[in-house]
Amino acid sequence: MDLYEYQARELFKKHGVPVLDASVVSDPQAARAAAELLGGRVVVKAQVKTGGRGKAGGVKLADGPEDAARLSRSILGMDIKGHTVGKVMLAQTADIADEFYVSYLLDRTSRTWLAMASREGGMDIEEVAATKPEALAKVPIDPAEGVTEAKAAEIAEAGGLPAETVPALVALWDVFTKEDALLVEVNPLVRTGDGQIIAIDGKVSLDDNARFRHTEHGDYDDPAEGDALEAKARAKGLNYVKLDGTVGIIGNGAGLVMSTLDVVAHYGADPANFLDIGGGASAQVMADGLDVILGDPDVSSVFVNVFGGITACDAVANGIVQALETVELTKPLVVRLDGNNAELGRSILDAAANPLVTQLDTMDGAAQRAAEPARS
Amino acid sequence: MAIFLTADSKVVVQGMTGSEGMKHTRRMLDAGTDVVGGVNPRKAGTAVDFGGREIPVFGTVKEAIAATGADVTVVFVPPRFVRDAVDEAVDAGIGLAVVITEGVPVHDTVAFRARAEAAGVRIVGPNCPGLITPGVSNAGIIPADITRPGRIGLVSKSGTLTYQLMYELRDLGFSSCVGIGGDPVIGTTHIDCLQAFQDDPDTDLIVMIGEIGGDAEERAAAYVREHVTKPVVGYVAGFTAPEGKTMGHAGAIVSGSSGTAQAKKEALEAAGVAVGRTPSETARLVRDALAAG
Repeated sequence: MDLYEYQARELFKKHGVPVLDASVVSDPQAARAAAELLGGRVVVKAQVKTGGRGKAGGVKLADGPEDAARLSRSILGMDIKGHTVGKVMLAQTADIADEFYVSYLLDRTSRTWLAMASREGGMDIEEVAATKPEALAKVPIDPAEGVTEAKAAEIAEAGGLPAETVPALVALWDVFTKEDALLVEVNPLVRTGDGQIIAIDGKVSLDDNARFRHTEHGDYDDPAEGDALEAKARAKGLNYVKLDGTVGIIGNGAGLVMSTLDVVAHYGADPANFLDIGGGASAQVMADGLDVILGDPDVSSVFVNVFGGITACDAVANGIVQALETVELTKPLVVRLDGNNAELGRSILDAAANPLVTQLDTMDGAAQRAAEPARS
Repeated sequence: MAIFLTADSKVVVQGMTGSEGMKHTRRMLDAGTDVVGGVNPRKAGTAVDFGGREIPVFGTVKEAIAATGADVTVVFVPPRFVRDAVDEAVDAGIGLAVVITEGVPVHDTVAFRARAEAAGVRIVGPNCPGLITPGVSNAGIIPADITRPGRIGLVSKSGTLTYQLMYELRDLGFSSCVGIGGDPVIGTTHIDCLQAFQDDPDTDLIVMIGEIGGDAEERAAAYVREHVTKPVVGYVAGFTAPEGKTMGHAGAIVSGSSGTAQAKKEALEAAGVAVGRTPSETARLVRDALAAG
């Protein structure tokens, strides 16, 4: 899960990474009050989980409380790359002398952690990596050793950062490990005119699989975030991603579902979603999934593609029958069941005899049939 | 012969007494696996009856190895206990740890994988269906009744796509099928399996199934070009996946322009691997390659 900047800042502060005083608000009156407390000039920053907000006009400098209220009014509600601004962060300003970049992340290729550091702070780091790769140092980290002071000094030296950044680099490693983050990034990490090191802007992405040891991370959940159908599916515990097409897809196992989307596209229609009911799915999970998909107005047909390994096809069939008792089927439903208890599953659907339900023997044949309404 | 899992493999199950562990231990026994024990410190000294076969429960992996000579462990414990379970098995001197559990934090996997590598222990998974040598032994949750022994080797990030291809080619049969898992960090890789299948005299052709995310398929393609002389047929899932969205598997995500299915397909084809557009076409390519060979 990606965090907002203000949430990343909270975690930086908690683990001793130096940050500026700041406050997060969702209306202009509160912005005025917050600016008064902070005093002097403040930066008003849109809180969105996407980059490029500065260029989009989502970051402005205010001279005082009135100006902060005025700027907040213009930024709140703004659309930045499809993200609506619901909150702004007001932060003190700093006298910036130098800007640096630092991050810790997973290197999937070497299957361990990587530190990245650069003197080219405040820039789009992907651009730096592409145009000036020599300016971006990459230092592998031994997971058993972590970032000690000596390691931080090595990272700083490799990236051309001054030695004063070492304590901040060690504290940032604490954020990375103690919060089970998959990415922590500070851009820029600045040195002020009077020699202080401060994290001005940052990004943190947390590992949702580590939630069992970080119940407090639940505070970052936003049930309404993103697409409405995705939120509905999430509430039912379903693994669902909304897409742009018209063929609703349900399958079991992430690989088979991705493959199902591809095969539908191969036969000329665009998938409306990804939905994985997982291994050993019950009838209830199947029914919940069908309910979400039939609630999508973009869907013109539905394809249920199940290979029963651990999942029993009779449970899938029962789930379909159960769902059709509560939701009226108005669109063609194409079903392909194979594997564990497939015969039993097929006979359950045959017995239900819904005229809109078609069963086909192969994944390709069923995908072709499901793609027909979109192509006609 | 087969890869990683043979008739001589003696298997312990960590988490055997849980509901998933019980269900799959029974299935493994039915598939011919030599399951020699379970591990659960709270139930040490007891035994579980699987339809007439009494399987003893040990307090530690070390005790299980000492008493039975076990060399493989299959791990079903919940995510929060996986790191300790694998570390324990590695320290006890196990040869192969198959981690079925889904939802293991990446920080835990990075730690236990590095430790296992230093000790020379093979890890399969986590978040995987395990591996099967049909007709001989089954370590994990792959259904044993889909196919029979044969001469095709299969390696895949995805469980259900493994089952689908095993089913499409069920008449030909397989030497071994390895589900390496869909997490961002895994133990055994495509390359490890390609190398083992290349060296396995009982494998004639290798099926390699990949999906979006990371660059494992691209690196596997480079490996095939340099080191694999047996025919390889590939399949990649996720052409329609949008950028920045995790597609079910924690590791299945296109980040910016990296990790796309198209790039993986192109890399494989450039290395001489025939890549199917659908699972059925992939199965046809396998039949064609075997007929030509």
